[in-house]
Amino acid sequence: MTAPTASTAPVAALALGDDALVLSHRLGEWAGHAPVLEEEVALANIALDLLGQARLLLSMAGDEDELAYLREERAFRNVQLVEQPNGDFAHTIARQLYFSTYQRLLYGQLAAGDTEFAGLAAKAVKEVAYHQDHAEQWTLRLGDGTADSHERMQRACTALWRFTGEMFQPVEGLDGVDWEGLRAVWRKSVEGVLGRATLTVPEGPQSGAWTAGAGRQGLHTEPFGRMLAEMQHLHRSHPGASW
Amino acid sequence: MTNTDWPLWEVFVRSRRGLSHTHAGSLHAPDAELALRNARDLYTRRGEGVSLWVVPSAAITASSPDEKDPFFEPAADKPYRHPTFYEIPEGVQHL
Amino acid sequence: MATAAHRAARTHTDTDGPAGDTALTTAYQVAFDAAVAADERIEPRDWMPDAYRSTLVRQIAQHAHSEIIGMQPEANWITRAPSLRRKAILMAKVQDEAGHGLYLYSAAETLGTGRDELLDKLHSGRQKYSSIFNYPTLTWADVGAIGWLVDGAAITNQVPLCRCSYGPYARAMVRICKEESFHQRQGYELLLALSRGTPEQHEMAQDAVNRWWWPSLMMFGPPDDESQHSTQSMAWKIKRHSNDELRQRFVDICVPQAESLGLTLPDPELRWNEERGHHDFGPIDWAEFRQVLKGNGPCNEQRIDQRRRAHEEGAWVREAAAAYAAKHTTEADSEAGAERA
Repeated sequence: MTAPTASTAPVAALALGDDALVLSHRLGEWAGHAPVLEEEVALANIALDLLGQARLLLSMAGDEDELAYLREERAFRNVQLVEQPNGDFAHTIARQLYFSTYQRLLYGQLAAGDTEFAGLAAKAVKEVAYHQDHAEQWTLRLGDGTADSHERMQRACTALWRFTGEMFQPVEGLDGVDWEGLRAVWRKSVEGVLGRATLTVPEGPQSGAWTAGAGRQGLHTEPFGRMLAEMQHLHRSHPGASW
Repeated sequence: MTNTDWPLWEVFVRSRRGLSHTHAGSLHAPDAELALRNARDLYTRRGEGVSLWVVPSAAITASSPDEKDPFFEPAADKPYRHPTFYEIPEGVQHL
Repeated sequence: MATAAHRAARTHTDTDGPAGDTALTTAYQVAFDAAVAADERIEPRDWMPDAYRSTLVRQIAQHAHSEIIGMQPEANWITRAPSLRRKAILMAKVQDEAGHGLYLYSAAETLGTGRDELLDKLHSGRQKYSSIFNYPTLTWADVGAIGWLVDGAAITNQVPLCRCSYGPYARAMVRICKEESFHQRQGYELLLALSRGTPEQHEMAQDAVNRWWWPSLMMFGPPDDESQHSTQSMAWKIKRHSNDELRQRFVDICVPQAESLGLTLPDPELRWNEERGHHDFGPIDWAEFRQVLKGNGPCNEQRIDQRRRAHEEGAWVREAAAAYAAKHTTEADSEAGAERA
């Protein structure tokens, strides 16, 4: 069985679709492990929204299951941020804050634009607005909660900071997106939330030598390979089967 | 250790515009903002609502079952409050 | 709307407790018995016998615990679901189970027992959950077998609970049954796809049914003549049908469904009995049931460990939110007021 090559599929649909797919998968890993039962429900809601977006986007690029289950690691186009392991709840929330703020702004622009993503983005932007609100609420509570939670949240924000720059690399096919404007508004928004949460905006670079555009070019971090191995194993064990 | 026993909230859902909010159930949340969000996630997963209220359970004053008779029975013997109490000759319309 | 008066439920029993006037208690008892006999619902602030209250707390708590422990065997496959469609369905289902746990804990709380206390009892092994969840999900087909058989058995048990004499429990069950109708269907559909799929998939489905059939029958509890709580619960209309009655109903429903699936139920003694108008079935291994109940099932420790760990590892998060709320309460209150306006 040959896996579809990335070059035959629209790059933008893969980039956006893989972002949503991979983050949804990571959030799905929380099932049965959330810090409080109410968050089991909340995290699953977000994961389901993202999975729905992923399915629509991947279908624009080909067969959703072939793309999700039969591509090799190097053919995935998601940013490295979304593939980062869940860590503790603070890491998950920091990842949510960084990504949902980006996704909300990006989809807002796409919804107003005239690419083939406009319709999808108009619907998704409402979902993502809720994701961002969820992340913000929890960033405030963890940052401005106890000394322990403050320290954990600060550590998480700092650890994931270097994966944030990649999100603003222009994506081929998303014409009309103002990437530099996006970066500036994102930064202002995140800085605002972190400030209200009594957290410090991390000082380090927003991308390392590797992270600038790496995920979008198919270069991922080590945990991603194991994530895919788990995700794809069953599907690949039964070539051609339907489920 | 801080008190982690989040208080209880009662959730009221307006299922669609034009209807009043109806009690849907309860949940735990540390504060009103999260109570509202938890209510959204828990009680409107299948599109059950267009508006939500959350109220701290402790803020509700309820009538007591012991006072049921003095509270509610006096209303039961006033049939003249109901339209069916009145006899109207056949053929009279719009009444 | 009497569910609102949770705290009052506690004070009500305090003031009318054992120290109260016996004549008054007798009058209460008469009113309670009459309400149950007339098929009226008992509501949280109504007087109720202590044993009725404790039976309900035990049963509702066990039910709630089963929902949240029951997330684990299925969540075990979320990250490996073989198609994106199946993955979405499974995530939604596991999420529903968390939601159902929450509805049920709320119902238990109307009886004056807080969720923290119930969770504590679960974590320390003082309260049980359904033994079925102490079996492992070894293959993807197990997700289907759980939906079809385990949820099927649960629904058979739960539908009569929608008419349970205790109002908040009955209302929670109405909501749960409504939401759960998709759970069983998705399981059946999943198994059907496997049964009609490749020979390997068919075998996987048959193997899962082989492993889940007997434990599903055990979900209805011990035979009627050995069931300790049944008689009183039936008198109180907490329970409406006996264990054996419901088990028989379930077997009768499953036999034709298995045929349509093209799968065999692993019981050589299973056959239609014209005279009884029901299917006869082979003996259940109650020794295994008791072993699993006692903690010797394949996954008892694993399930409780994971639950306890999630709770302990989440403590700092719950503390943070409580601390934040303490600092910002007035602010939050006025904002909530604005939402209402």
